[in-house]
Parts: sequence; structure tokens; C-alpha cells
Amino acid sequence: MGIRFVLMVNKQGQTRLAQYYEYLTLEERRALEGEIVRKCLARNEQQCSFVEHRNYKIVYRRYASLFFLVGVDDDENELAILEFIHLLVETMDRHFGNVCELDIMFHLEKAHFMLEEMVMNGCIVETNKSNILTPIQLMDKTS
Amino acid sequence: MAGSSIMENLFQRSLEDMIKSMRLQLIGETTFISKATEEIRREIKSTDQQTKSTALQKLSYLSAVHGVDMSWASFHVVEVMSSSKFAHKRIGYHAASQSFNDDTPVLLLITNQLRKDLSSTNEFEVSLALNLLSRIATLDLARDLTPEVFKLLSTTKVFVRKKAIAVVLRVFDKYPDAVRVCFKRLVENLESSDPLVVTAVIGVFCELAAKDPRSYLPLAPEFYRILVDSKNNWVLIKVLKVFAKLAPLEHRLGKRIVEPVCDHMRRSGAKSLVFECVRTVLTSLSDYESAVKLAVEKVRELVVDQDPNLRYLGLHALSVAVPKHLWAVLENKEAVVKSLSDDDLNIKIESLRLLMAMVSESHVADISRVLLNYALKSDPGFCNEILDSILRTCSRNLYEIVVDFDWYVSLLGEMATIPNCQKGEEIETQLVDIGMRVKDARMELVRVGRDLLIDPALLGNVHLHRILCAAAWVAGEYVEFASNPFELMDALLQPRTSLLPPSIRAVYINSVLKILIFCLDCYLLQNDGSGSLYSGNLEGEQSELFSAKNDTEATKLATCGGSNYEQDVGFNPRNIADSSEDLSVENGIDRVATHGKTFTSTLVAGKNFLYESIVSLLNRIELIFGPLITNQDVEVLERAQNILSLVQLIKEEIIDNSVQSVDTVEKKDTRVSTIINLMRDTFTTELGPVSVSAQGRVAVPEGLVLKENLDELQAICGDTELSSSSSFATGAPHGITISDGSSSNLLQNEELGPLNESTSLIEHRKRHGLYYLPSEKSEIVPDEYPRANDPKSNSNINDEAAELVKLTEQSLMKKRTNQTKPRPVVVKLDDGDLAPISVKRPEPRDDSLSGAIQDVLLGSESGPSVSQSYPSNKSSRKQKEKKKLSSNGRSEMKENAVDSEKPDPERANSSSKNHGHSKERKHRGKEKIVEGEERDQEGKKKSGHGRGRRKTHHRAKSPLSDPTHILHIKQVQKSYVETKASLNTKREEEK
Repeated sequence: MGIRFVLMVNKQGQTRLAQYYEYLTLEERRALEGEIVRKCLARNEQQCSFVEHRNYKIVYRRYASLFFLVGVDDDENELAILEFIHLLVETMDRHFGNVCELDIMFHLEKAHFMLEEMVMNGCIVETNKSNILTPIQLMDKTS
Repeated sequence: MAGSSIMENLFQRSLEDMIKSMRLQLIGETTFISKATEEIRREIKSTDQQTKSTALQKLSYLSAVHGVDMSWASFHVVEVMSSSKFAHKRIGYHAASQSFNDDTPVLLLITNQLRKDLSSTNEFEVSLALNLLSRIATLDLARDLTPEVFKLLSTTKVFVRKKAIAVVLRVFDKYPDAVRVCFKRLVENLESSDPLVVTAVIGVFCELAAKDPRSYLPLAPEFYRILVDSKNNWVLIKVLKVFAKLAPLEHRLGKRIVEPVCDHMRRSGAKSLVFECVRTVLTSLSDYESAVKLAVEKVRELVVDQDPNLRYLGLHALSVAVPKHLWAVLENKEAVVKSLSDDDLNIKIESLRLLMAMVSESHVADISRVLLNYALKSDPGFCNEILDSILRTCSRNLYEIVVDFDWYVSLLGEMATIPNCQKGEEIETQLVDIGMRVKDARMELVRVGRDLLIDPALLGNVHLHRILCAAAWVAGEYVEFASNPFELMDALLQPRTSLLPPSIRAVYINSVLKILIFCLDCYLLQNDGSGSLYSGNLEGEQSELFSAKNDTEATKLATCGGSNYEQDVGFNPRNIADSSEDLSVENGIDRVATHGKTFTSTLVAGKNFLYESIVSLLNRIELIFGPLITNQDVEVLERAQNILSLVQLIKEEIIDNSVQSVDTVEKKDTRVSTIINLMRDTFTTELGPVSVSAQGRVAVPEGLVLKENLDELQAICGDTELSSSSSFATGAPHGITISDGSSSNLLQNEELGPLNESTSLIEHRKRHGLYYLPSEKSEIVPDEYPRANDPKSNSNINDEAAELVKLTEQSLMKKRTNQTKPRPVVVKLDDGDLAPISVKRPEPRDDSLSGAIQDVLLGSESGPSVSQSYPSNKSSRKQKEKKKLSSNGRSEMKENAVDSEKPDPERANSSSKNHGHSKERKHRGKEKIVEGEERDQEGKKKSGHGRGRRKTHHRAKSPLSDPTHILHIKQVQKSYVETKASLNTKREEEK
């Protein structure tokens, strides 16, 4: 499994979106998120975006007030994951128009669906923005 | 009813309302959440689908963001999932994928719903179901839904097909038999023209190959085609990962792919792809020189890049290259050293690792020096990282890398004085270990130990206590190398030792004892010596010349060593382990010789062992240790008590003899010297390193019952411990009363007193030899004293970094040609010096999965076992490869070239090409049969669900159970039965 989890966390360390591709109990999730947030949010711009934590490698990137953190296996390509994060942000940007924390708060489900379109079973299956957004726009229309 | 549901619907808060009010709430988040959850609990029971699904939507929001438990709602989730309205269904599926796991009881209820949705004509419904399946599929779900997934694998809707492909990964994982059904189609998708499908399928193969690469070797031609043709970087990265796994298994594969990989590396503008190429080359294609050179070139670009990410990855790639291509690191040493002063701790650590990988014995000293300077001005965390890596590198393989132990020991001493040093434990172990293993380093060890002990400021630093403990031990054990034992004594007796935790204090006290014995011994020898110089009428045996005396002592020691040995047998497994009798005696003789030497040197140099100084020493010990008798700690108390009684005994003898007549002086002197001799002899037995497996070599004596539960034993031990300590307390004054007696008692005294003392001391020593280094953490003492070594000013880090680069450059370039000193001998035990490496257990491979895949790929009926099917595996692979490549015009030339290089095997294979085809055809036929069987099985399952499940459970588990294990269990059972039988017969006999 390439990608283990995708987290979006704001500057204050509150989780805004959490998608796990392996089953963890609520307590385990909370502990893991706490540790990661503590580790990553303390780092500054001049430091690299990769942090080793437990048996994961965490690739993260900050966009304005939101941190995007992706936990991957050790042999995953870090740069590709950075590109993946950027792709995710661009996709959200296109859908919400200048995406911000509130968009994700109020449209959490949509954000989840976007992720589901992009990643399945920890594998990246879709990297085309319009392909990702088509089903979501369709759903918007029907409901 | 209808009315009420409308009302509910009207007044229900939507998800958006809830989020809004949560942002405005004044009652505190937890209260708000619990209130909202209450509300949801009420609403979710509603019969109205809209109300229900909205409630569920809110619940899954709370669960996702605020970690609210939603397992209680699982049945409602199933209800919403089965709604006919897509908007509701979506909410239900989302909630399910978020909250369901293997243990969710309602999983059994959703099989049919999933089957229905998987075969729905609405592709979004299918997609929902696939998404859920990829998250929660269990063995049952995977087995029951395999046919549906199989159908979707070849659907024309790409949107669905790519998801079905991704789901297969989970299905295979849970239900390996699905491979027989789905694998063929999966492989066909590999050849699809749709890039989306290829992306998905290559992702799946990348994961599959990571677990068991060998099974996928036959697919190499397909992967090769993708590697050459694909323009999608995501796909290329994945395919490179697959090849990185496959290439080490088949060297011809490496030859084939090295060109395309280099091609990508040269041409691609995407850093991620280039980096993946670099990593693939360095890990799996490291035998291809040109490729490695190209990769290292790329790494050089990364390492000096502005972007910290690229720098980190560059260093990381270098560390991958270390084992095979150290030159790559050496070439980039400048950048590596510069990274030591990076802003980022991760980069710094990575560069430190690389730096330590470069170290060799010719420049370990220089690099360590540079690093130590660096540690002085780093923050505590990184400082200790540096110290740790120095310690680890230098001690690797029993100090393999260290030539000059004097240098290393003084380096350890220096580390101890670095203010941020928290590596006390490691330094302690190494100091003691070097003392035991390397004879030639002892002089320096004692010097370093003295420097540490004598500094009162160090006693205040908690982290240094362990190091001081080692220093005290070294000072006591190797006191004969000390330039000035009295100085050592002063250091050990200084009042601030009260800051030490009791366990270390005890070590100090014991060292005091050892030094005291040494001083007294020297003093007596000196007296004897001077006696022999000035007056001729001394007793024959005692007043020989030095050489003669050494000889007699050596023989004495030999016997003594022997007796020691015999006494030791009971306690000390170490002595049984080696032929330690010979060894210790030999060492003993050596030691006496050196002892004589140093003694003469001190005698000539300073005449330190004057009567007055000895007496003042004894007085001071009495003064300092007097209060310790009331110490809380047993160990401290006991040892202090021992020394005090010895001091009293000796004092009487020595102080008295100045007043009494010559005759008694001689007699008393003799008596004291006998005591001292005996005691010294106990201490001169050399301590050696203990093999880790030593305990194992002690045979369990016959009739000894080893109990697994030691609760009883503990109770018994508690008693004996108490009694032994009390006997000590009474025993010591007892010895004094005997020595009080007149000269008529002398004989008895000589036998009893010293023996009493020496056995207690042997006991003591044994305890020390075995358990010298206390394992518990030292107590925390406020660190209010000035540190010994103040950090330098942090002002010009950059200058220093540049200097550092220069320095390391020098040190790296400089080959030290003339070694002034030969490397001293390091004592090694023939076995078990290093901790026994636990036998590596082969990882429980997913045999059922790989076996199934091999079955499908090869059509071999018998063997899932890799070794059996491998030959056929290879040939079929080659045929396929050949087929593919000849269709691929571009690489035909290369293929031919390869062909001409190694003509025989290829030709032989090409003749059997037809055979291979027929095999494949046959295999296809079988595939269909299997499929049919699967259908049959499914039919059966519908009738007998439970039975089918049990069967598959059994099948999935059986490869894991280890036959030897079963055998073992059987043996145990057998012996159990036997003992039971014998017991029965006994009972019958009794009757």
C-alpha cells in the first residue's frame, strides 16, 4: 500500500480532514495525528518536507493556513507525493475557487469524494483534474 | 406519522447548520458535540429517509473531524446504504467506508447490497460500491463478490474499470483464490491502450511485486514495454519500482532495462522521475558502471540544490549507495560536510550518517575531532546525535576501526566533558570494556579517569554520573598504572561524592579499597626493600631482592589463583567458561611483573609511601567513611563497613609497630603484609570480557530443579539477603577482637583474620566483577554547578563550517602512511562476544497468494513452491519476452546483439517456442474450467454458506502452520502422556 493516510490540519493543529487507507481505531488515529502534528507543525519553511515517523514517512506541504500531510511507505517516491498534494490542492482550487479552510470544513464530503477519485487502496488511480471533478459536478447537479 | 416526519424534516438541522453553530457555540466544544450526538441519536431512528441520512451525514462529520464514535450506528448505515436515492446512498456508503472494519457485525448484511450495486447500470453506484469494497473487504466479502469484480475488470467504462483494478489488490490480499479468476484479466489490462487503466493496473502490480517479486518475473516484457512507451511520469515511477524489485532476481533483466532507465534519467525534466531512476540504479542496477556514474552525477545536482527537499533526497540517495559505491559519497564529501550545518535536523542527521560511513581507520581520529568540535556548538539534540554516531562507529566490531587506543580513550574523556553530553551510559560501557580488553590502553584510561574524578564540578552533572562510575572503577582496578595513587584517593574521597547516587557511591568505595590495598602493599614492599638495603637481619623469605621476590610472589599467586578459581566455581560462570585458571595465573604473573616495575619507578621517583602519608590516608578514610555506616543504602553501608574494619585492623598493626621493639615490629609487619598480600592477590586476578553466551555454557547440575515461577524463590532470597548483611555487620568487629589478642594468637589470627577478610572481599569483588555497573538510572541532582567545558561562542558558524570543510577535506585526502604505534591487542572471545543474532526467521510469505499467481501465470499444476517451478518459469518468461521484443521493432537490434553474445540458451529456447504456445493455450483452457468451478462453488455456497466459509478459512490458514511446530507439539503431548502413564502406574503400585 503506497499511501497510508491523508491528513489536512490547520495551523492550530486541528484536523480538518482525515482519510486512512488502513484500519486504525479512533484512539490510534488520535494518537498518530497528535504525534505527527507536533512533529511537522514545528518545522519551518527552510526545512525539508519529509519526516520519518514510526514506520511511515510523512510528506507534507503547507498551503496558507492548511497543512497537507500524507503518510507513505518507506520506499514511496517523496517527490511524487509532493506532486500529488499539489494536484489535490489544485483540484480543490478549481472546484471551490481559491480553496480555504472553511471550504473544506463545510464541504468535507466533497473533499472526501475527490480523494476517493484520486486514491484507491493507497494507490493513485487518477491524476486528471477534470476526470476527478466530473462525477462530483454531476452529483452536485442531481442533488 | 407522516406529519411528524415532515415536522422532523423541517426542524432538523442540516450538516451546514451544525457546523455553523459549532463555530459560534459558547458552551464548549465537548458539550456541544455530546448535545449534537444526542440529537443525532434521536433523528437517526426516524423513518424518513431524508432525516435519517442527514443525521448520518452529521454523525460521520463529527466522527471524521472530532473523533466521535459511530460504531453504534452501523445498522443505520446499512439502512441508508440501501436507499434507492443516490444522494442518500452516497451518504451511507461514505459513512460505511469511514466506520466499518473487520469486526463490524453488520458486514454480513451488506453482501447482497454490494452485489446489487456492483452490477448496477449506474456507474456512480458501481463506483461507490467499489470504493467501499476497497476499504472494508473481508475474506467473505472478497470471496462472494469476486465474480462481480471479475466482470468489471473488462467493462468498457474506464471510470469503473480503473477502480475495479484497484479493488483487486484488496481482494487478492483477503482471498488469494481470486487470483485464479481475475489475474488473467488483470494482466490483459496491462496491455490496455487507456492510460488511466494502465496507471491503475501498474499501481496494483507495484504493490503485489513488493510482497513477492519472483512471481511477477514472467510479466517483465509487459513492464518493459510500459517503461519504454509510457509518457506518464506516475506510471513510469511505479514501473521503475517494479523493476527495482525484479532486476536483482534476474541479471539479464538488468542488462535490458539499464538503457531505458538511463534514457529517462537524461531526458526527463521531472525531478520525481529522475530521482526514482537514481534510486533504482543505486539499489538494483549497481553493477552497471555507466548508469551508476550518471546517477551519481544527478545526485550531485540534488545535493547542492537550493531546495531542502532535494538536498535531503540527494543525501538519502547517497546513503543508499554507500555499501557498494563509497566513492560516490567521497566525491560529494564537500556537500555532505556542508550539510552538517544545515537548518534542518533531518538533513544534518542524514549527512552525519554519511560522514560516519566514510570513516576508515586512517582518518577516524581527524573526523572525530572535527565532529567533536562541531558537537560543542550544536544544540543538545544534534550534539548527542553526533556523539552517538562517533561512539557507535568507533566501537563497531570491537573497536575495529581504532588503532590508537590512547587517542580514543582521551576522546571518550573529552566527550564526557561536553556540556550537553547525555551519552553517559554508552561512554561508561566503553571505558570499562576497553579497560578489560585492551591492556595497553590502561595507563591512559587511568589518566583520563583521574582527570574526570579529580574535577569536583563534574560531580554535579547528573548525566556524567555513569561516566564517573566507570572512571572510579578503572582507577581502582588499574591503580598500578596511576602516577599518584594518593591523588586518586583524594579524588575518590572528596566530600562532593555525596552527590552521587548510592549505586555509584558503592563503586567509589570499592575503588578506595583497591587503592588502599595497593598503597599499603607498596609501603610494605618499600619497607622490606629498604630493610634489605640498610640492615641485613631480616627474615629470609620476606626480604629477598626484587627479582627473587617477584618470583616467589608469582608462585604464590599461582596457587592463590588456583584457590581463587576453586572458590569461584560456585559463583562465577565466567571462570568456568574459559580455561581461566591458566589464563588468570599468566595474567597474574604479568601483573606482578608490571607491578614490580611501577613500584620501583614510584620508589625512585617520589618515595610517596612514607609512613606518615599512609597513616594520614588511613585516618582520612576513617573520617570520611565513618558517617557512611548509617547510610540508607545497603551496598554503601556494607562496603564502607568492610573498609573501616580493615583500616582499623591495619592501623593498629602499623601504628603500634613504631613504638614496639624490633622483634614485634617484624612479626607484626609480617602479619600485615600477609593480609595485604592475600588481599592484593584477590584483586590482581584479571577481569576479562564476559561472553554473552557464558551463562549458557554452565551445565545445569543434576538434581537441580529450575522453576519457572520464582515467586517462592523471591521470598527465600529476601530472607537470606537480610541475614547475610547482618552477619557482615557482626563479622567485622569479630575479626578485630581476634587481632586484638597477643602474639600467642598469632597463628590462629593469621589463618582466621585475613581469611575472614579476604573471603568477604572475594565475595565483594565477585559482586563487583559481575554486577559492577549498576543498571538503574542515576538519581536526579539539580545541576547547579558550573560546567567544566563551556561551549564556544556561536557567532561565526559559517566560518567554522568552511573551516570544517577544509579540515575534513584534509583528513579525508590525507592517508596516514606511517603508523607510529602498532595496534594493541584487543581481547576477543572466540564466540558470543556480540549479542547473539537471533536467527532470522523467513518472513511469513504470502504463500497462498504467490502460489496462486504462479499457478495462473505458469499453468503448472503441481507446484506453488517457487524453487520447483522456477526453471519452467524462466523459459516461458524468455519466450514471452522474445515475442514481445521482436514485435517491438526498435529494440530488435539490441535483442540480436544480446543473442550473439550468448547464443546457446536463447537458441535452445527458440526451438521450443511452439511448445510454449501450446502450453499457453492449454492454460487458457484450464482457466475457463477453473472459472466454471468457481461458479459451481458459488452455487454451492448459496446453499451451504457456512460450510463453504469454513473450508476457505482452513485453506487460507493451512500454509502458515509450521510442520516442525506441529511435531514439537506432538512430542510434548507424547511426553505428557508418558508421564501421566507412569504416574498412574506409580499410584497403582502404592495401592
